[in-house]
Amino acid sequence: MITRRNFCKKSLLLIGGMAVPLAALEIFNPGRLSAEKDDPAKVRWVFLVDTFKCVGCGFCVRACKLENEIPYDANVSRTWVERYVVTKDGQVHTDSPKAARDGFTSKSIDQASRGLLEIKDEDIDKAFFVPKLCNQCDNPPCVQVCPVGATYQTPDGVVLVDRTWCIGCGYCVMGCPYGVRFFHPVYKAAEKCNFCYHRISKGLKSACVEACPFGARRIGNIKDPEDPVTRIIMTERVAVLKEEYGTKPQVFYLGMSREVK
Amino acid sequence: MVHGEVWTAKELFVYPNEYIYWTIQIVMYPFMTGLVAGAFVLSSLYHVFGVKQLKEIARFSLAFSFALLPVAMMPLLLHLQFPFRGIEVMMTPHFTSAIAAFGIVFTTYGMIVAAELWFVYRKFFVETALELRKLTVRSFVQQVRYILYSVLTLGAWDISEHSLEKDERAVKMLAGLGIPVACFLHGYAGFIFGSVKANALWMTPLMPVIFICSAVVSGIALCIITYIATMEIRKAIHAWRLKNNPALPSIEELKSAELQDVTMTSRYLVMFLILAITLELLDLIFRGYTAVKSWDILRSVIYDKDFFNIFVIQYGMGNLIPFILFLMPRLTIRRAVVGTLLVLLGVFMMRWNVVIGGQAFSSSLAGFMHYHLPIWPDSLETFKEGLFGALLVAATPFVLFWLLGRIIPIFSVKNTH
Ligand code: SF4
Ligand code: SF4
Repeated sequence: MITRRNFCKKSLLLIGGMAVPLAALEIFNPGRLSAEKDDPAKVRWVFLVDTFKCVGCGFCVRACKLENEIPYDANVSRTWVERYVVTKDGQVHTDSPKAARDGFTSKSIDQASRGLLEIKDEDIDKAFFVPKLCNQCDNPPCVQVCPVGATYQTPDGVVLVDRTWCIGCGYCVMGCPYGVRFFHPVYKAAEKCNFCYHRISKGLKSACVEACPFGARRIGNIKDPEDPVTRIIMTERVAVLKEEYGTKPQVFYLGMSREVK
Repeated sequence: MVHGEVWTAKELFVYPNEYIYWTIQIVMYPFMTGLVAGAFVLSSLYHVFGVKQLKEIARFSLAFSFALLPVAMMPLLLHLQFPFRGIEVMMTPHFTSAIAAFGIVFTTYGMIVAAELWFVYRKFFVETALELRKLTVRSFVQQVRYILYSVLTLGAWDISEHSLEKDERAVKMLAGLGIPVACFLHGYAGFIFGSVKANALWMTPLMPVIFICSAVVSGIALCIITYIATMEIRKAIHAWRLKNNPALPSIEELKSAELQDVTMTSRYLVMFLILAITLELLDLIFRGYTAVKSWDILRSVIYDKDFFNIFVIQYGMGNLIPFILFLMPRLTIRRAVVGTLLVLLGVFMMRWNVVIGGQAFSSSLAGFMHYHLPIWPDSLETFKEGLFGALLVAATPFVLFWLLGRIIPIFSVKNTH
């Protein structure tokens, strides 16, 4: 004989019991998950560097160091500028003294422990500057190798580091083929360029883009066909760095040369 | 100062952020895990394949492999920028990373070794505890030992013929299971390097296999040398006892047993050595033959900058000389000592040439980096990632082994199966 009390108890239990798997259905609703996945983010940040316009003044490097609190005199930088000098004998000389923070004030090439190399003007075939920064790869090896997931990619394509979670193993530093990463001298965690994520997500431009007096650096959204940066990438001849690693870099270069490393 | 700047010297064009970030501790890490895996494989040769001649050294190398275990993760922790966050690798592993598997592989392996050791010594624990229980009055030390051994039995007091047989079967099974896990533990250390596509020297699918072979070589070598050392000490003690009590068996018996063990074990050493060298040379030849883009800079690192480290120390002193020493007829203990020490040096240099050599050139492929090992520590960083940090890691297993030897009889044959 079922009492009312018992009946209430049993039905509550039944409802509760059914609610658990139903709740699971709600949490793991595959339809919603896949909709979220298929729904393409409206934004994918990309960068465009016009090497024809770069004069190696280093304003961008300075602006970046100040904006992103990388100690001014530390020998690391989120972005840097390289100088390439190709001489008549076919040799390529490259340098980036102090990451080009102070620009290129001397004509001699900085060869680190081998000292300075003087090159006569008449020996030079061509010379140019190439700004570098994180490529915010579409297939980022740095994210793949992080053992704790402290390095991750946002839906709009930027790769970020969680300073509070990084254990400082350096695997990502080793994994990046572009030598972009380093350990922050103060925070000790892995550090890299993030296109000034704090600025671009507020509608501002990256600090280096603002600082460049010649418009050599531009940032844009490749998902927006009307974006001038997108238009250039789509309609002109652009190149990326070290494509052979399969990282799908998202910093595009105009005026790239085969000497660039 | 930026991390890495102290010990890195740059030459020609190196990207501004590039330094030698993986240093001596990352050399120690595969070296130490290699010793763990190698020692375990050696002990399994007896337990699984029943190589009778290895009986004495098998128990010994099992205990040694256990003592080495905690030391495998020490260098990893010491090299982290945030050693106290190291536990995150276990708590929030990110499984696309090779390092994330460390927690799982390492714990599995640790449990296997501990369980096997327990089965081997269970009879001894029970007997000792029972003996101590019989005493009506126990001194403080005896009381502590009694509690310790009672706990170590884990409540399994049955040492009848039947249950001991079961123990033996368990040991065999665990040893068999342990071999692939030990190989995995170490092969995966190789995978950590071999899968870094950004590094031209590291990236090769052969890396895990090369690592396993050289691991076994180094593990066997270390077991031989430690075995000889402990036997010498025992002989000295025995000789001293003999003086007071001439009735004891003569020292010659110990001596001949020792030489036989060493000869037998060194045969396995040579076997794995050949395998390791073959693979390493294959890798080298293949790189030279295919000569992809990075070969230019690799060649100048291998044949020029690191020539002495690679060809003179690693291959010459570390492989060729011991090879000759072991293959010459009538092996003596002294020759075995020199040989095994050189083998250990060779394997260490191989790790060095992989880890440091892999960072000797910039990923711009247009410049070099030179590593200067910090000797005298003037900061925490130069201690952790300097000579003294490495020595600390190298010394720890011997301390642990000594401690372990206080608890279980690693040498006397009577008490174990
Ligand atoms: S450039 Fe390097 S740091 Fe940036 S996303 Fe690609 S791999 Fe990662
Ligand atoms: S250094 Fe930090 S961000 Fe980089 S792989 Fe290690 S834990 Fe991840």
